[in-house]
Amino acid sequence: MATAQERFLSDEIVDEIKSYIPRYPSLQAVTLPALHIVNRHLRYVPMQAVIEIAEILELAPAQVQDTLTFYGFFKQDKPHGQVRAWVCRSMSCAIRGGEAVLDHMCHQAGIHPGETTADGKLTVEYAECLGACDFAPCMLAGDDLHKNLDKNKADIFLDDLGIKAKKS
Amino acid sequence: MAEFEPVLLANINRPNSFTRKEYEATGGYQSWKKVLSMDRNDVIDIVKSSNLRGRGGAGFPTGLKWTFLPKDHPGPIYFCLNADESEPGTFNNRILMEQDPHQVLEGLMISSYATRTSTAYIYLRYEYPGCNKRLQDAIDECYAAGYLGDNIQGSGYSLNIYIHQGAAAYICGEETGLIESIEGKRAWPRIKPPFPAIEGVFRKPTVVNNVETVACVKHILDRGADWFKSMGVPADPNNPRDAGSYGPKLYCLSGHVEKPGCYEAPLGLTARQLIEDFGGGCWKGRSVKAVIPGGISMGLLGPDELDCPLDFAGPGKYGCLGLGTAAAVVIDDQTSIVDFLHNSARFFAHESCGQCTPCREGTSWALKMLNRIKAGRGRLKDLDLLAEIGDTIGIIPGTTICGLSDGAAWPIKNAIKKFRGEFEHYIKRTNPDGYMVTDPVPVFETTAH
Ligand SMILES: Cc1cc2nc3c(=O)[nH]c(=O)nc-3n(C[C@H](O)[C@H](O)[C@H](O)COP(=O)(O)O)c2cc1C
Ligand code: SF4
Ligand code: FES
Repeated sequence: MATAQERFLSDEIVDEIKSYIPRYPSLQAVTLPALHIVNRHLRYVPMQAVIEIAEILELAPAQVQDTLTFYGFFKQDKPHGQVRAWVCRSMSCAIRGGEAVLDHMCHQAGIHPGETTADGKLTVEYAECLGACDFAPCMLAGDDLHKNLDKNKADIFLDDLGIKAKKS
Repeated sequence: MAEFEPVLLANINRPNSFTRKEYEATGGYQSWKKVLSMDRNDVIDIVKSSNLRGRGGAGFPTGLKWTFLPKDHPGPIYFCLNADESEPGTFNNRILMEQDPHQVLEGLMISSYATRTSTAYIYLRYEYPGCNKRLQDAIDECYAAGYLGDNIQGSGYSLNIYIHQGAAAYICGEETGLIESIEGKRAWPRIKPPFPAIEGVFRKPTVVNNVETVACVKHILDRGADWFKSMGVPADPNNPRDAGSYGPKLYCLSGHVEKPGCYEAPLGLTARQLIEDFGGGCWKGRSVKAVIPGGISMGLLGPDELDCPLDFAGPGKYGCLGLGTAAAVVIDDQTSIVDFLHNSARFFAHESCGQCTPCREGTSWALKMLNRIKAGRGRLKDLDLLAEIGDTIGIIPGTTICGLSDGAAWPIKNAIKKFRGEFEHYIKRTNPDGYMVTDPVPVFETTAH
């Protein structure tokens, strides 16, 4: 195993990953928890992290990469924004204006879904049903559920992040 | 329905409903303590005689599922609590886990005991951070109280519960996709048999049950099987395969209604009762054009089918796939059926795991056609092509491994059958010459600027 100096993942991250090992009868089962841990700390899971996770879990890097890419969730090229906002586009939200809110937010922030603002503050993603259709249209930003969204609430959200809305 | 008193939602509006203290103040964990000195087979018999059927979508009898576990298996046996709740329109598991996590845990603990499980995983969708926190706090409280861990209450029984977070993929709710996901692999559903009860997670016997199902188990142990069977719709005596629809159910209601929400009622409420008595009717004084009876996979009820009872047998009689998650989504008369079907097709094309060709290709072709129709370049014969896709993908026609593709097929089949006139009208209006283009058509996948 690489020494701490050569490693990309910090001791803290490695220890956190290892703390999940007793929960499962196989090392491979720690893959998804490990990806989440790295993603929580770094906001992405670059290839070097994949290689090091594989080393901890005694897997081929391709096995970890295979699982990672199955979920369209983990970014690999660069970190997502400080806040990652998931705007629901599924049925209950869409028919109550969710797609219009998503359009509006992307327009105001000057990005497409999946992209991050130039200042690194915000990534906007579309989401499938967030399980909060009682508050449609809704958005999950970090750990916060934003309920009954409209363009006005979206503007306030952007404003709180210090993102200047375009005058349109 | 005047007599009905909610049990699953009884605690959710109490202050601090999510703490062990509050939970125990209302009788919580009494059944857990009682069960620990009971014979496991007696627990299973009570659940069996209640006729509880799974609340996660398939409606399989819970007690019967448990008896499929090998009798003399030396262990381990695993329990996977399905908290992936991703079927569009569905949010009742979220409310239970967030507002009353101990109710869910007690149900899971009783179910684990009955099935001789010593490790239970809660497969929790990533998008429920609030549930994650409340559940983990509740689990920690249970360890501290000696309700979990080794040799619980001196009974000799040991149980550990771990939360396993998903990563935003609908297919992880399918029980064998869920199992693969726990194992750290891509969530490709397995061919069945073998069923999980014989060979599940880590190739060991495994039980997969939904959050609401185990919550019902708790109340059945509290109040008895007869109480549970006193509610709902009895089995049809003329149909030996009908197992009846007993007990309370958490109905989700969303879309174009005045009061979206989660409502508890005995199984068998009609779509109309749910919308009018609980949901305050269609919003803005408009009228209902269609209702998704139980999550988007189940298809559509037309405006003249609102008396459909939302029990396990009801929606099937109206051409829908089934009761599903009993999550109704109401669509008003100003919504285009083309937009409805486009949204549904986009969901399934996005969520198909890609393992079976008919599902992977069928769902993406359906989306491509609906993109084209929506963009005003549809042809009348596209409707037959779409219907053909609807008839050929799924477990029911026997072409795919899991039921995701049946769920993709049903909205297509129902929408085209029940609303064909509107599709034809739209196509004739937007593409009167039936012109077929070969150049790329706009894609409504992401947003325009
Ligand atoms: C595509 C697909 C997605 C599913 N998603 C869920 C889900 O999110 N939650 C759930 O409990 N069951 C889901 N199911 C049903 C499960 O496969 C399984 O039947 C259920 O978890 C069993 O629990 P129950 O008997 O308690 O209902 C899904 C099934 C399919 C085919
Ligand atoms: S039916 Fe679709 S989702 Fe299910 S296993 Fe096949 S490709 Fe995957
Ligand atoms: S459809 Fe948006 S939260 Fe369910």
